[in-house]
Amino acid sequence: MKNTIFSKIKKDLKLNKSLYILVLPVLIFYIIFHYKPMYGAVIAFMDYNPRLGIKGSEWVGFAQFIRFFNSPYFVRILRNTVLLSVYGIIFGFPAPIILALLLNELKQKKFKKTVQTATYLTHFISLVVVTGIIKEFTQSTGLINDIIEFFGGTRTSLIQNPALYRTIYITSDIWQEIGWGSIIYLAALSGIDEQLYEAASIDGANRWDKLLHVTLPGISTTIIIMLILRLGQILGSSYEKTILLYNEATYETADVIASYIYRVGILERNWSYSTAIGLFNSGINFIFLLVANKLSKKISETSLW
Amino acid sequence: MKKKNSNSFSIFNLFNICILSILALLCIYPIWYVLTASLSNGNLIMQHSGLLLLPIKPNIAAYIAVFKNKMILSGYLNTIKILIISLILQITMTSIGAYFFSRERVLFKKPLMFIITLTMFISGGMIPFYQNLRSLHLMNSHWGLILPFMISTYNMIILKTSFESIPKSLSEAARIDGAGHIRILFSIVLPLSKPVLAVMLLYYGVGVWNGWFWASTILTDRSMYPLQVILREILLSNDTSVMTQGVSSGDLEAVGATIRYATVIVATLPILCAYPFLQKYFTKGIMIGAVKE
Repeated sequence: MKNTIFSKIKKDLKLNKSLYILVLPVLIFYIIFHYKPMYGAVIAFMDYNPRLGIKGSEWVGFAQFIRFFNSPYFVRILRNTVLLSVYGIIFGFPAPIILALLLNELKQKKFKKTVQTATYLTHFISLVVVTGIIKEFTQSTGLINDIIEFFGGTRTSLIQNPALYRTIYITSDIWQEIGWGSIIYLAALSGIDEQLYEAASIDGANRWDKLLHVTLPGISTTIIIMLILRLGQILGSSYEKTILLYNEATYETADVIASYIYRVGILERNWSYSTAIGLFNSGINFIFLLVANKLSKKISETSLW
Repeated sequence: MKKKNSNSFSIFNLFNICILSILALLCIYPIWYVLTASLSNGNLIMQHSGLLLLPIKPNIAAYIAVFKNKMILSGYLNTIKILIISLILQITMTSIGAYFFSRERVLFKKPLMFIITLTMFISGGMIPFYQNLRSLHLMNSHWGLILPFMISTYNMIILKTSFESIPKSLSEAARIDGAGHIRILFSIVLPLSKPVLAVMLLYYGVGVWNGWFWASTILTDRSMYPLQVILREILLSNDTSVMTQGVSSGDLEAVGATIRYATVIVATLPILCAYPFLQKYFTKGIMIGAVKE
């Protein structure tokens, strides 16, 4: 038995030798830039000192994790991360679906194309520019305050107000991603058999009936897959956007796990502590992904793998 | 829904067109605002309030100041350098990986694919990634922004799916004629995958062009900063020294306010220009990516 496996491997290596040599740089890339950092995450269980290295540093078990759970920031950043994701799912997730449904109803091809061009464009603008524009528009002399004043309100710096931070974050996210997010649903919509609509019309279905009984079931698989992916990232808010958008005045509602890791890790150089937080974060993320995937398999027989 | 009411212009359609028009305008307006503000007179734009539809006293003083600014110019050059090297390596490495995983009758393909797909869901995290760059001596080097990002697993899977749709007979025939894998990849597989390659170039290119986080984290030498890091200083910190470099003090006030806007336009223009040409490939790229494993 062992012999046959061995000879099989030998035969495969001989047959595909040049293919394996070709792919070698790719594998080396994954080892150096993905698996080596995964091994590097063991410093979460240490009191890591860069001078002593991983071998020389002292093991401390779960002390860094316990320190994090007892930290006054734990509840705050966990709450902020989850709330941003949940609001993102409630408001941000349906937005591109609705846009796709509205676009799908359009009969004017040229107009449809124009709307698509305009809404896709925002996806490609850099986060630095987007947050720059947000800052410009929300400052006390900015456009949004001009409008507030016009309706009798008073000017304030909106981006400095912790109570408005999440609204600004989610709204700008929708602004940037609504068009791009709709592409996948539009593609799914175009795959629905035209005959289903005709049959529904003959049965006397109106526009609303068709939406409920033909269109939505037709794209439900896509919706579920996108939702699983979204749920799997419930603790994975964008640190890039947060770091660009927040400031000391808004930490109370803005600071998320990833931005906290950035501050205590890269800026304050608490290597082990920040790695432990990161490990906790990706562990929970992975569990969420597995659970969401399992649930959806049970409910609708749709899953990622 | 498609054919029946096509003659009647229903209330729903009117309502739909209104909603979508407003949405499109909301998406475009901030960009339009920045463009018109960048072309306006700086003093007047400071006093202006409310919507801005056309430039006030149009002039290009802000753009002249931007192009005189040494930091912005060096940022531009750094970004272009990083972009070109990145794209060459990204396309080569991603193609090689996708080619390997699109071949049949390869014994270790499945386990290797698993190892690679796993990295989409599990990672060491930000800090081990940073420590890794340190241990590889990639700090304060453009290579630290290029090498770790040579392959996006997601893109590689898109490309692999696309390669799999190419008829096997083509590469088999070439194989019989004695062509090696590299030859098959570059003279048969890649030329047949041009639309997907366009999508790859777009995804990778935009990623590199817009990237700022790792650059701001690992680069200490200001002369090495790419454009987005300079842009961040100008837009988000109150550091006016970068902004007003190369502006004579007399113009300072008039130009000061508009120079931010002009920098945004200069930094975003390449993407805005490339965008219409690549738009037709978007759906294709996303759909291939969405095909289940």
